[in-house]
Amino acid sequence: MRGFAFEQPGSLAEALAILRAEPDARILAGGTDLIIGLRDGSILSPTVIDLKRVRELDASIVETVGGLAIGALTAMTEIAADPRIRARYTALAEGAAVVGSVQIRNRATLAGNICNASPAADTTPALLAFGAVLTVHGPDGSRQVALDDAFVSSGVTTLGHDEIVVRIDLPAIPGRVGSTHVRRTRRRGHDLASVTIACAVLESGETRVAFGSVGPRPLLRVDTTGILADPSATDAARLEILDDVFAAAAPSAGSMRASPEYRLAMLRVLGLRAVETARARRDGAAA
Amino acid sequence: MTSGTAHTSVGAEPPDSPLELTVNGRPRRALVRSHHTLLEVLRTDLGLTGTKECCLVGECGACTVILDGRSVDACLVLALEAAGSDVVTIEGLAAADGLDALQQAFLDHGAAQCGFCIPGQLVAARALLQAIPEPSRAEVEDGLAGNLCRCAGYEQIIEAVLDAAERQARPAAVHAPERASAPKGPPAGPDPASVPDARVAPQ
Repeated sequence: MRGFAFEQPGSLAEALAILRAEPDARILAGGTDLIIGLRDGSILSPTVIDLKRVRELDASIVETVGGLAIGALTAMTEIAADPRIRARYTALAEGAAVVGSVQIRNRATLAGNICNASPAADTTPALLAFGAVLTVHGPDGSRQVALDDAFVSSGVTTLGHDEIVVRIDLPAIPGRVGSTHVRRTRRRGHDLASVTIACAVLESGETRVAFGSVGPRPLLRVDTTGILADPSATDAARLEILDDVFAAAAPSAGSMRASPEYRLAMLRVLGLRAVETARARRDGAAA
Repeated sequence: MTSGTAHTSVGAEPPDSPLELTVNGRPRRALVRSHHTLLEVLRTDLGLTGTKECCLVGECGACTVILDGRSVDACLVLALEAAGSDVVTIEGLAAADGLDALQQAFLDHGAAQCGFCIPGQLVAARALLQAIPEPSRAEVEDGLAGNLCRCAGYEQIIEAVLDAAERQARPAAVHAPERASAPKGPPAGPDPASVPDARVAPQ
């Protein structure tokens, strides 16, 4: 690994000042992506800014008005284990639970998973389905960014170099809700996914489907026909809706994990499964 | 990567930084480069070579250590991130008077083949049993999913972890090792973090 200056600012203001002064500085939270990049040379940075001593940042999960606010330093292990997330935002807990391995989940942060913007990220479909909102601090103070407005393409977000995510808000969900995260991997255990889907079925009959690994960024689609959420709907009726939902999927041909044809075929299979699991959970049935 | 010695960066080198942390119950200090990982410092600066360097991308788990109570891949932690932290390595697993229950169970089940992954497996298993004292088989499989064994000795490893959990949960039950491959295995050693690493292997 090439040498770099290592900064451990104690405040957001200090961290932002270093970012302003050093355009190529990189932020370190869990480090499970950054340190790999620094070592293999795909990331060259003269300065690494460790956020773990910033006093305004923490690893808390606190209740807001009907929702939850997740601190920027919260690791996947906490997300996967939190009883409130497991109960109300089940798909997010399930997504966090399959990131890497125990060792990775003990370090990797939810905010880092968002900011690295991998199309195959396991938590971002669920966050999109739940309408997550980022609170971001930058030179002009604080702003809020809907997660759907943050993703551009693989590794690229609309967040500025001189901005730091401080919090992720999960808004309240009215009424009963059921959700799930499903994915396709080549093997059990530690692997990146070739298809990722999060589905949330609401009491109103609205169904939110977010999917990743099949294009440059994860996508969110909302079905308001009520067909996906209808327990009596046939698979054929649901597939008609799902084909619209997945119309924008554009898996790349260059991936070694799976061919585009396989990913598109699995998207329909897993999509049906995800919808039915989420629907059954909403309706209180064992899924 | 360049381990411990010269490296390839050009231009001004950041100066070495003092690092203080607790390893296996002992306060340790070292002067470290900011880009050196916890793995490099444990192995090179502190001489604790039981923690293995292998894939260096967080896939294999050979470098697993317990950092402030949680298992991590030491290759993905910068040494300076661990300042002030409490680290347990494989050298800190055994009690002063014998092997850890996991180590004894690994011996009894023939869980070590070539042995290279075993320090990481044992440390990951120790963290698993601290979090879940009586795990199901599925929980063991998931808990050790980040530790690869190229000999594919997974069955024996999983059985050993389940057996160690059983021995810890029911220390009164007689679990005489079938092969006396080590001095008697204490059913539950003291907290590994409090064990001094008296048997630091010389480099």
